[in-house]
Amino acid sequence: MWSILASSTTQWVLASTMILGIAAGMVGCLAYWKKQSLMSDALAHAALPGVIIAFLLLQEKNLLILIIGAAISALMGAFLIQLIQSTTRITEDTAMGMILSIFFGAGLMLLTLVNRTAGGNQSGLDNFIFGQAAAMVKSDVITMLMLAVIVIIVLFLGFKEWKIYLFDPQFAKGIGLSIRGMNFLYTGVLVTTIVIGIQAVGVILIAALLIIPSVSARYWTQSFKWMLIISACIGGLSGAIGTYISALGSGWPTGPFIVLVAGVFFTISLIFGKEKGIVSNYIQFKIQRKQLVNKQISLDHKG
Amino acid sequence: MAESVIKVKELSAAYRKNTVLENVDFSVEKGSLTGIVGPNGAGKSTLIKTMLQLHPSLSGTVDFMGLPFKQAKKYIGYVPQRGSVDWDFPTNALDVVTMGLYGKIGWLKLPTRMHKEKAFHALKKMGMEDYADRQISQLSGGQQQRVFLARALVQDADIYFMDEPLAGVDAATERAIMTILKELKANGKTVMVVHHDLQTVEEYFDHVLLLNRTVMNHGKTTETFTKDNVAKTYGGNMRWMGEEKQYVVHTGK
Repeated sequence: MWSILASSTTQWVLASTMILGIAAGMVGCLAYWKKQSLMSDALAHAALPGVIIAFLLLQEKNLLILIIGAAISALMGAFLIQLIQSTTRITEDTAMGMILSIFFGAGLMLLTLVNRTAGGNQSGLDNFIFGQAAAMVKSDVITMLMLAVIVIIVLFLGFKEWKIYLFDPQFAKGIGLSIRGMNFLYTGVLVTTIVIGIQAVGVILIAALLIIPSVSARYWTQSFKWMLIISACIGGLSGAIGTYISALGSGWPTGPFIVLVAGVFFTISLIFGKEKGIVSNYIQFKIQRKQLVNKQISLDHKG
Repeated sequence: MAESVIKVKELSAAYRKNTVLENVDFSVEKGSLTGIVGPNGAGKSTLIKTMLQLHPSLSGTVDFMGLPFKQAKKYIGYVPQRGSVDWDFPTNALDVVTMGLYGKIGWLKLPTRMHKEKAFHALKKMGMEDYADRQISQLSGGQQQRVFLARALVQDADIYFMDEPLAGVDAATERAIMTILKELKANGKTVMVVHHDLQTVEEYFDHVLLLNRTVMNHGKTTETFTKDNVAKTYGGNMRWMGEEKQYVVHTGK
């Protein structure tokens, strides 16, 4: 079974899930400060029907086409969430809950239909639910790598713009940054990250790769730049390690392992994190108390 | 009479079903320091936001130094309400002030040492130089307000809009902010400030704009800020002198 890992395909797959994790870790920081972590989950679920419909229309499993289908479907979900909350009294979280489940339900229904048709069973579309990195062929890997690199470059180049857009959009608008343009870019990188991740990680769990690295990174730093870097590292390591573990067994889904590895990073951060981690909070409390006691002792001596 | 740098004509704005501003008309002289005063819900913040196109207007025009907002943008500085941002955002005071220079630095370029020095100088002016590296979440309310003001100062604008810069700050910060506002005025800048404390209006502002959905009165403080005008603006439901907590929230249709 170790021979799988030695093959060059596996190395490519590892590289692609790693770079996916890096992109997702960075984009997750944006979603974190947009207070839209759950939005990524809704969009990921909403991507499923698009994947199946794209397959039905073209009758072939070309990742780029499926990704475009996924993106259209996810954007439709985003649009509907926006529409529901702006025209009705339904709030955003309820709208997300509705769209997430309705789109996902529709996706599962379509999937059942496809699986009944001839050849549908062999399509491997099931893999889009829990993720199966091993099912990726070289062209899939290249598509994914290229899109992930574009996302990373967009985040990197506009670092200062992202920062002010997230911290104070009104002020940013005042000094001439187009908030509409930034919203557009933000949705663009978010949806791109989600759809390139759905084959490797699956629609159900890709959101975890966006959410967990960024909240873990928050425990280590008080600088936005470092939060992005640490989150990218955690995402990248989770992607690579998770894929590696899932490759050990035959037919093991990739998504759950990636998310579990990310979960381990989160637990470590929660306990040992430098900024408000449980241990560092406790130590600081102890130090403060000791200082107070010492102060009182020295006062007693004087008095 | 001095030239007017801000002209607002028949401006109206609404939130959902409620019209908040109706037919707002006024013009502001260059180099004046104007307090915008009115009861809660009178549309003070909305007026500023609508003038700066942060809120859509239903009708009317606003021009700055004869230019529409789009072209005048770079001459305008805005200090939003302190509560409008998440202070837990991971950044420090100097970095927030540097944001005021982003427009000048140019998009997609990184701030240089010169920009950082400029930002530091503005912090120093607000008496905040010791807090430059401090996390913004660890600043007090007054210190956060000073950081916001410093960020507006580095913009080196000609016209400033400030939304309740004196709300919830201690006496020292209030003095520091007022010193800067008066200095801005002395340098020929035009400043409009949303203000809540009726007791200090006469002391702080040379002009006052009494607002309650529309302009009730506007002019030199000495002539405009009279008991009758204030009572009219607040709907007559206000005790005069020292009882500033007696504001009445208008929910009138």
